[in-house]
Amino acid sequence: MRRAPWVPLLYIGPAAAVMAVACLFPLISALQLGFYDWSMGTPWAEARWVGIDAFVAAFRDPAVWRSLVTTLIFAAVCVTAEMLLGIALALALEGDLRAMAFFRTLFILPMMIAPIAVGLTWRYLFDAQFGLLNALLGVLGAAPVAWLAQENTAFIAIVIADIWQWTPFVFIMMIAGLANVDTAVLEAARIDGATWWQTTRRVKLPMVMHVIAITLLMRLIDAFRVLEVIYILTFGGPGDSTEILSLHIYKTAFVGQRLGSAAAISVLLLVVVATLSWGALKLSNPLKEGDRA
Amino acid sequence: MKRHPAAVGAHYGALVVLGLICITPIVVMFATSLKLQTQIFDTGLNLLFAPTLQNYRDVLGEGSFARYLTNSLVVGIVSTVITLALGCMAAYGLARFRFRGRTAVAYTTLLLRTVPLAVLAVPVFMLWSRAGLINSLPGLVLLYVAVNLPFTIWLLYGFVLQVPVEMEEAAAIDGCGPVRVFYRVVLPLIKPGLAAAAIFTFRIAWNEFILALVLTDRATRTLPVAASLYITDIGVDWGKIMALGSLIAIPPLIFTFIAARQIITGLTAGAVKG
Repeated sequence: MRRAPWVPLLYIGPAAAVMAVACLFPLISALQLGFYDWSMGTPWAEARWVGIDAFVAAFRDPAVWRSLVTTLIFAAVCVTAEMLLGIALALALEGDLRAMAFFRTLFILPMMIAPIAVGLTWRYLFDAQFGLLNALLGVLGAAPVAWLAQENTAFIAIVIADIWQWTPFVFIMMIAGLANVDTAVLEAARIDGATWWQTTRRVKLPMVMHVIAITLLMRLIDAFRVLEVIYILTFGGPGDSTEILSLHIYKTAFVGQRLGSAAAISVLLLVVVATLSWGALKLSNPLKEGDRA
Repeated sequence: MKRHPAAVGAHYGALVVLGLICITPIVVMFATSLKLQTQIFDTGLNLLFAPTLQNYRDVLGEGSFARYLTNSLVVGIVSTVITLALGCMAAYGLARFRFRGRTAVAYTTLLLRTVPLAVLAVPVFMLWSRAGLINSLPGLVLLYVAVNLPFTIWLLYGFVLQVPVEMEEAAAIDGCGPVRVFYRVVLPLIKPGLAAAAIFTFRIAWNEFILALVLTDRATRTLPVAASLYITDIGVDWGKIMALGSLIAIPPLIFTFIAARQIITGLTAGAVKG
């Protein structure tokens, strides 16, 4: 069909314009902002050009490195736990149960609730005095733990909150992936005498490897974007033991009032996320045409 | 192949346990919202208590609640409508048209979806301040639309691909112009996708906290930001904050129970079929 050349522009133009103005342009501005020393509350005209000082300072700043390490460990632990749990549970619990639809509804609740509500609830659950967890420990005869006041347990707390929120997501993705596995192949394996473990390891898992990869990358990228839950749960504390990069950027900009430095650190985070995303893109081949079997 | 009853029982049992794990924190939030300060401070595992609506009365009674609610609703609904409108057109354009720069647009759109919001907050704060968009609802809506478009386009793109091109060609042969083909043929066929996209977009706009915190003031504040204000240096007003949190959770809860299937389809569509 011959189309006037301006037709694509009509369809894609408005969306592209909005994304360019309010998303792409700010990102480029962040890069530019990193070259200035600008404090909040002062007029932009008074911002000082500092060249790459802020970038260099960010690279040298131990707080930034600590934050990066915290973020990497957080992402690694959460994603590993969520993937393992999600896949294991999906393998164990797949299959046609009539009530499955009802349970699936329950399982998507954690990710639909506002992240700050998630943060609030878990902050309450972990509370040293009134929290449910310490109450349960009391019932079991154990001493209460000052979850959010100690570095290690605070980190465990943010990990648990994230696992609670996102394992169901992995579970649902895996269930959907497993449901798409060709039953003829499974049946053939069964006839050949394969055990459950053999079938799972050699037939099922390879056939859902694509879903696993995409889910893994989605979780990994999202783990770097976590902010609101930790903001409410610990606000980076105690000290800066749970201060992941997103939160560090926020605090540098809006608590420390150093917008230039925050922008410089943002670029660092962006590079990490963009690299992961690029890998995810290549893997998922988004421009696949409608070549469904 | 009949399953052993014990296996089925264990299956159900496991699902029940998982279901309980999922809903317990949410139930705790609601339960705490119904407790008085004294009951909250009473340590120990008190599962039985006399519920009270005092926290809700306090939260709703605060003069500003109506304004925050209105702000949240306006921002949520307007950004959802605009995102859907722009998004379905862009998805259709990407799916059906070949043009120079198509790959670049597609890849950029997908990459934008992964941007951490904290990274956007800083430059947007600066740019919006200079553009006079700070502390305004349109400014917030503009940002939410931009942030939600990538995912919406990606989601709807998958649905558009599933519409057979032959149907559009048949309509064109029957005399429909390209716009009418889109409007009359394609849109009705991607309704499930539109529903899922609407739910996701509204949910993000409604729940969003950090950008709203940065870009709004007392007049334009949304509900999540208002909730965070109950956390002070002195302590947390648990009863009230849980009440507000519960109120904020109600629309997503309603969506979830009504449209669970659409939501799951939306989530898994891209990954699984591909």
